[in-house]
Amino acid sequence: MAYINQRIAYGKTLVELGKENENIVVLDADLGGSTMGSMFEEAFPERHFEMGIAEANMTSAAAGLAQTGKIPFTNSFAVFVAGRAFDQIRQTIAIGELNVKICGSSAGLSDFGDGSTHQAIEDMAIMRAIPNMTVICPADANETVEAVKAIAKVEGPCYIRLNRNDYDNVSEEGKKFEIGMPTILKEGKEVVVFATGYMVGLALEAAKELEGKVSTKVVNVSTIKPMNKEVIIALTRDAKAVVTAEEHSIVGGLGSAIAEALCKECKPIEFIGINDTFGCSAHNYPDVLKYHGLTKEHIVEAVTKMATL
Amino acid sequence: MAYSKKMIEDLKEKAQQIRKNIIISIGIGVAGHIGGSNSAADIVTALYFHKMKHDPKNPKMEDRDRFILSKGHVAILQYAVLSEAGYFPVADLKTTKDIGSYLQGHPDVIKTPGIEAGTGSLGQGLSIGFGMAMGLKLNKIDRKVYVLCGDGELAEGQIWEAAMSASVFKTDNLVAIVDKNNLQAKGPTVDRFDTSPLIPKWESFGWHTIEIDGHNMEEILSALDEADTIKGKPTVIIANTIKGKGVSFAENVVAFHNGTLTEETYNQAISELS
Repeated sequence: MAYINQRIAYGKTLVELGKENENIVVLDADLGGSTMGSMFEEAFPERHFEMGIAEANMTSAAAGLAQTGKIPFTNSFAVFVAGRAFDQIRQTIAIGELNVKICGSSAGLSDFGDGSTHQAIEDMAIMRAIPNMTVICPADANETVEAVKAIAKVEGPCYIRLNRNDYDNVSEEGKKFEIGMPTILKEGKEVVVFATGYMVGLALEAAKELEGKVSTKVVNVSTIKPMNKEVIIALTRDAKAVVTAEEHSIVGGLGSAIAEALCKECKPIEFIGINDTFGCSAHNYPDVLKYHGLTKEHIVEAVTKMATL
Repeated sequence: MAYSKKMIEDLKEKAQQIRKNIIISIGIGVAGHIGGSNSAADIVTALYFHKMKHDPKNPKMEDRDRFILSKGHVAILQYAVLSEAGYFPVADLKTTKDIGSYLQGHPDVIKTPGIEAGTGSLGQGLSIGFGMAMGLKLNKIDRKVYVLCGDGELAEGQIWEAAMSASVFKTDNLVAIVDKNNLQAKGPTVDRFDTSPLIPKWESFGWHTIEIDGHNMEEILSALDEADTIKGKPTVIIANTIKGKGVSFAENVVAFHNGTLTEETYNQAISELS
């Protein structure tokens, strides 16, 4: 059954994994009702740890659990798990290559009402800078299901960033997730749009609108790290220009990772993302995205501009 | 409990050997954490050479007790103990901090056999130990996790997050040991974040507390044995110690938190420990 919310997809998948593997354990920091860790808590109370409002302790405790052969998933809002617990992740989990899975929930601007304190706009940059870390940002709920299964299978630290809101799937249900492999969702020649997370759907809409005007390729880049440089170069070989689209700061996220991969290719790149500023409160998700320049229209404009360079 | 005189004497002798190995591994003209290594040497010796079940030939043996050095800056103490126990050659202690050495400036779980967790960013070891203790319970392995913290380290807020969680989860297979040497990098702990009074603090966080002289081997063994009898709550052992213990000119001297030995002081330290 397809879900339309990444958090629900995450919670349900954790329960499925928990049935198959008794080493899966889940830790929440009083936000299990939001991260959907609560679904696992209900199914496997003895393997769910309510760690209270103490993210640092939760993260180091997960390191300890991993050292006894468990596969811990730690959940909280992305701002807290990637920000407040950065040092715990770096020092023990990443240096030690421990098998801990960190879920940054309500990432990007998706927690629209709570404002800048709760909107993670730099989590991918922070996590991407840590050696040994895998960073995943699924496009939708379908991809979340498969990505969670994939990270549970690989040994080592992983960060997965999830959106808070309901929206339609753009990726295929049940398609096996290959860590590090971008997916072409629409073929095109002139401009390549590399998008991640919620922006993938918008990129597809933009490409559709551009049909007959600019031949646009849309690539879903759901693995931010490791970035497959050769594949990224090959995908842009025939293109004039590149656009990146992410619900994250333009500093250090998908755009930066693509620019690093293409740095010797001499192709112009336009970044669509949050322009090195904090988020803000809004009454709904579309409003906050629009305010920060993250819409289909912005992608259409960027692609058109890049095609006519 | 009465312990045989010979066993106590043997452990005391072993601790002196450990202190000597610490001095040898630091050497001349290079700074090393003599103070906090020597203050905890008796405790860590008691753990590895008496109390803990472990196997230097099989460091990952499932059914083992675990030791986490939360005050990771005294890695040389743990290296001296691990090498003496047979995890790696004592001669390799001299390679500590060499480029490419498996003996890093702080404990490294990937590189060094016998290290259970990367530590060094203070305040995190107790949380790691708590997680391990919970994991052991889930795995139905009846072994203990010992975590050594410094008294200065108790200023880190995460210590108290861990203290709360271990008592909430009734983690009675977790034992914290506070090496209370009263000095931290820049001076007396009491003049910085005064972490005292420790006993009422830990008690109010739901821990069983034991206070000992951290250089009295009988008291150390007795406290570790007492911890085995405590059910339903974790135990903390507050060990009153002397920073730099065993090296007269380093005892209670802040400069030897991370101090440098000259040829003359090196020789003096070795002779005092021989």
